[in-house]
Amino acid sequence: MIRTIFKREFSSYFATPLAYVFLVIFLVLQGMFTFYLGGFFEREQADLASFFAYHPWLYLFLVPAVAMRLWAEERKSGTIELLLTLPVPVGAIVAGKFLAAIAFVGLALFLTFPIWITVNWLGNPDNGVILTGYLGSLLMAAAYLAIGSAMSAMTKNQVIAFILTVTTCFLFVVSGLPMVLDFFSSWLPETLLLAIANLSFLTHFDGLQKGVVSLADIIYFGSVTVFWLWVTRIIVDSKREAG
Amino acid sequence: MSLLLEAQDLHKSFGGLRAVDGISLQLKQGEVLGFLGPNGAGKTTTMKMLTGFLAPTSGSASICGEQVTTGNVDARKNIGYLPEGAPLYGEMTTRDFLLFVAQTHGLKGKDAAERVEEASVAVHLEGVMGQKIETLSKGFKRRVGLAAAIMHAPDVLILDEPTDGLDPNQKHDVRRLIKAMAKDRAIIISTHILEEVEALCTRAIIINKGRIVADDVPSKLKEKSRYAGAVSMLVEAEEVAIIQAGLKTISGIQDIETASEGQGVRVTAIPKRGVAIADAVAGIADKEGWHISQFAIDAGRLDDVFRQLTAGGRA
Repeated sequence: MIRTIFKREFSSYFATPLAYVFLVIFLVLQGMFTFYLGGFFEREQADLASFFAYHPWLYLFLVPAVAMRLWAEERKSGTIELLLTLPVPVGAIVAGKFLAAIAFVGLALFLTFPIWITVNWLGNPDNGVILTGYLGSLLMAAAYLAIGSAMSAMTKNQVIAFILTVTTCFLFVVSGLPMVLDFFSSWLPETLLLAIANLSFLTHFDGLQKGVVSLADIIYFGSVTVFWLWVTRIIVDSKREAG
Repeated sequence: MSLLLEAQDLHKSFGGLRAVDGISLQLKQGEVLGFLGPNGAGKTTTMKMLTGFLAPTSGSASICGEQVTTGNVDARKNIGYLPEGAPLYGEMTTRDFLLFVAQTHGLKGKDAAERVEEASVAVHLEGVMGQKIETLSKGFKRRVGLAAAIMHAPDVLILDEPTDGLDPNQKHDVRRLIKAMAKDRAIIISTHILEEVEALCTRAIIINKGRIVADDVPSKLKEKSRYAGAVSMLVEAEEVAIIQAGLKTISGIQDIETASEGQGVRVTAIPKRGVAIADAVAGIADKEGWHISQFAIDAGRLDDVFRQLTAGGRA
């Protein structure tokens, strides 16, 4: 059942020019961040640190664009009624839609392979670190998407879904930045401060992009994803009456 | 005949509004039930509860013995549902969409393709299978929705305004299809078109303000109309006054209505409830030598009954 939903959902990305527009913008921005902001050449290092470093910020705006249509579009067009009266469990629909979205982002990420070829051509990078970076990036994208899925289920309006997702994801990103932590550090106890810092995508992505595979980081992204998918399910059920 | 659908005391409130206020019904195999009622009477909400899209505030429904809930997938396997307005995935082709629906019913590969073929032939979609749904006309879209609803040969079909927005030929086709499918299943259709109920339904329910106000076969419902047994005649305009005077002598007549129709005038004599007046009218017409070009006995009018039962609160 999940496969059936996944297939329909994934191919629906390519039914409109949206998929191609997204892929092009993703790759162009990716390149700009890596080469201009990240100083890929100036660093003269055979690694992809300048490539991965900007992923949390790139995803902040691009991933919500992938997620915003997941449920909002179904509710707007009324197909949600069709979908939820088919003999498919709601959980399978939530999972199928999410997997289609992550597969799409995975495809976008895969299409960045020329940069991997480039860095291998220019020097001798540690490909294990690069692989870990890709894995971490995908895990982080999954967390973004799960949040986006829940926000999309809350509204019929895709623009609102987009803004809600960006805002929520932004909170998850900045909670690890020094400027935010400094604000809390004067009056919050150490343990709570640590908890806030630990909520951040940045904190957990940092290790992975440097090639450190820590179970804690994987569990973190996994549980954030599962939590927000569970929230999605609850919202979908509670919004039936609103059509 | 086996009982396929049962609803017990369904209630649904949205905030403070009682959309459905105690609806119970039973439906057997072979029955085609027409749901009638003004807009906002609760027809669509009732259907949404019967299909498990909405959970009732109280009460319950079961289909083929399986309790309908928003979580019970097994109950939904026996239901074919055409939601109001027939929402579809516009970006998919007809074939892809129908294949998707077939797969959600657990059909695979060749089986799925065969079923899609059968369902699309049944509603005449052969020519548009490769076309994107959003490019289809309203009539075709409705038929795609119908094909999706009948795909898995469900025991219970619930169709919310299946002929809404179709032209007369398409309406005829859809009605013929529903009739053909009625034999071994139970069907509920909601409609605003009263002639449809007469043409199609073995039973009609009129809903007003969330309650059932009438539940009977269409012909019996029509008898509740003040026009049941009325005699209507097309006469010459000069004779109207004489005829009116003549009709007034018949004691069973309660009211006389006149309306001009072409060159002549249509005179309708409305009887007191349950009184047969046709013989008396024919007798007097013959005796007095009225020039009558049409003479008909009204079986009653469903629209009249509909207004009688549902307009009460507003008048």
